[in-house]
Amino acid sequence: MAFAAFGGGAAAATAEPAPLRRGWIAIGLLAPGLAYLLLFFLAPLVSLVVTSLQVAPEGAAKGEYVPGFEWANYANAIASYWPHILRSFGYAITATLFALIIGYPIAYFIGVTARKWPLIQALSLTLVIAPFFISFLLRTLAWKQILGDNSWIAQTLHGLGWLPADQNIVGTPFSVIFGLTYNFIPFMVLPIYASLERLDRRYLEAGSDLYASPATTFWKVTLPLSMPGVVSGTLLTFIPAAGDYINASPIYLGSIQTAMVGNVIDRTFLESQEYPIAAALSVLLMGIILIIVSIYVRRSGTEDLL
Amino acid sequence: MAASGTFADAGADLELVGLHKRFPGFTAIESLDLTIPAGSFFALLGPSGCGKTTTLRLVAGLEQPTSGRILIGGKDVTDVKPFRRPVNTVFQSYALFPHMTVLENVAFGLKRRRIADPVAKAHEALQLVELDHLALRKPAQLSGGQQQRVALARAIVNRPALLLLDEPLGALDLKLRRQMQLELKTIQGEVGLTFLHVTHDQEEAMTMADTVAVMNKGEIEQMGSPEELYELPRTAFVANFLGQSNLFTGQVVSESGDLIVVDVAGVKVAVPKERAQRHRGAVTIGVRPEKLLLHSTAPVAEAGVNTLGPGRVIDVSFSGVSTQYTVAIPGIGDLVVFAQNMVFGPVVNLGAEVWVSWHAEHGFGLADEVLDAGEKFAADTSTGSIAQRTKEELLEELGEA
Repeated sequence: MAFAAFGGGAAAATAEPAPLRRGWIAIGLLAPGLAYLLLFFLAPLVSLVVTSLQVAPEGAAKGEYVPGFEWANYANAIASYWPHILRSFGYAITATLFALIIGYPIAYFIGVTARKWPLIQALSLTLVIAPFFISFLLRTLAWKQILGDNSWIAQTLHGLGWLPADQNIVGTPFSVIFGLTYNFIPFMVLPIYASLERLDRRYLEAGSDLYASPATTFWKVTLPLSMPGVVSGTLLTFIPAAGDYINASPIYLGSIQTAMVGNVIDRTFLESQEYPIAAALSVLLMGIILIIVSIYVRRSGTEDLL
Repeated sequence: MAASGTFADAGADLELVGLHKRFPGFTAIESLDLTIPAGSFFALLGPSGCGKTTTLRLVAGLEQPTSGRILIGGKDVTDVKPFRRPVNTVFQSYALFPHMTVLENVAFGLKRRRIADPVAKAHEALQLVELDHLALRKPAQLSGGQQQRVALARAIVNRPALLLLDEPLGALDLKLRRQMQLELKTIQGEVGLTFLHVTHDQEEAMTMADTVAVMNKGEIEQMGSPEELYELPRTAFVANFLGQSNLFTGQVVSESGDLIVVDVAGVKVAVPKERAQRHRGAVTIGVRPEKLLLHSTAPVAEAGVNTLGPGRVIDVSFSGVSTQYTVAIPGIGDLVVFAQNMVFGPVVNLGAEVWVSWHAEHGFGLADEVLDAGEKFAADTSTGSIAQRTKEELLEELGEA
């Protein structure tokens, strides 16, 4: 019935057999999405890979490259920037773990504990989403002020002698990981909340009936049942965190010493105009994320969920 | 006791002392005193909302009583956490862990108590419910009946001193339900555990339990063996909830020897004194439908036999072994009569003029107060409607099966 609108009425109805017509309608509906993916995802990806293999001709000016198959670009990128690559994944994994440790209890509170009080549940959810009303950049910049040298936090820590006089908070790995954790906590909380919200309390009762203490029930029943949320939450945090270049940038919470792959790509592309190196680093970043994520999903998707 | 790593040797007594449970807005259990001896099969029977499931949850420790004590095997467990109680529950919703296989579900309790060889014991329990071949499936891959049997195995495998069954056979079709009823009874006998079975299915309660307690509005109305409850109900609620009853109200007009005589709309009806709870004033008396005899001519008056009539047959419904007749008697109301189908076809036809008689010793007198003496049928409308609802639920269930 709904297809009549697309079929052009009685004339179309007599023409082709139903399955064929439906096939064309499906293609018609898919076309805009496919075109979008082709134009804005596949084409840039191909362009990126092609750029990463470009070569500088003899005596070329800065930023002048010609197409080629310069695989050495990858070797050079790794050789020059492996500490940044390692740092990126180190920071991203640490921030993801912190976001999980902080986010899970929040999600549990909203999804399970607060079920009895719908108002508190709605309010807490709003609070989790509230930071999105202010720009990500502004919030990160605000943290730079809060943690800055003249802030009362830094002053107090200096005063108490807990922080050496020549040591700052901003510009350290701590502040970068702090910023990443802070910025991605909502992406961790929301998917975990969504899976805990559907958790049937009767499973918990069955656990306690079968001699499992609340802690054992959590590890054996609650956590495995909320794994889909944990997996999507960690992915939504880890993937953007690994490629992030805001938090680690010296303009925000980082310094030269905390530069991540994102910052290197930013610099090699915009400042030194080494396009092939920037492209090679981008491809490497994507590839490594893809490998880590597929191993993680496979492990958590089968073994841990069993 | 529960975490010791060994099985209970035998069932344990369950004692409820002055148990009272209030939820915000309503009282689920008024005041419950109950002792269930070790090794017995006890059924708590009642309509939905009567407090039977709450009682079960209190015993399991999933709810805290407002006041009162719970003792298992003489030990006060009122403040003991559920996972430390020597009790297992077969939940109405099964509550099988969806992320574990059937085998892992069944072995769960054994592993928590560190009982030796949990996997082998889990397999044994699954063999008992004839599901060992599905041990590696996930619960979602099983039918409702199979899930219920897994839930049963998951509880029994722990050999708890006390097994709680919350309407455990509700989702099974009639044939499988009968089979599981027998199996449960066998398991209970073999293992010697104490079973507390909560159900709204009176037939299930009667066929399985040694002792049945009929619960209504948070209190136990009557308790006893199934025969006792059926043959001699003490209240209108029990008389209507457990099987069907014909109830009449009237004034006691005389006492003669072992009998009291009640004036039911001008007809004298005799009831044995020892089977009547009240001996004077306005009373409700009753008789079971299968105790009634139909006559197509006025029977000769006889001592010790009550006769009502004439009336008209207004409904005949055939149900295989017996036929149910509804007879309208002017001034008294509608009577239900069950007659065995010993001959082909109905004994009397729709619209026929009939008399109804029964032996006086089959009658019973109820303890209920008769509030409105003018009303012919004493049935408390609210309890009647509850019983009716339960009956409809049952029919629906059978229809699904």
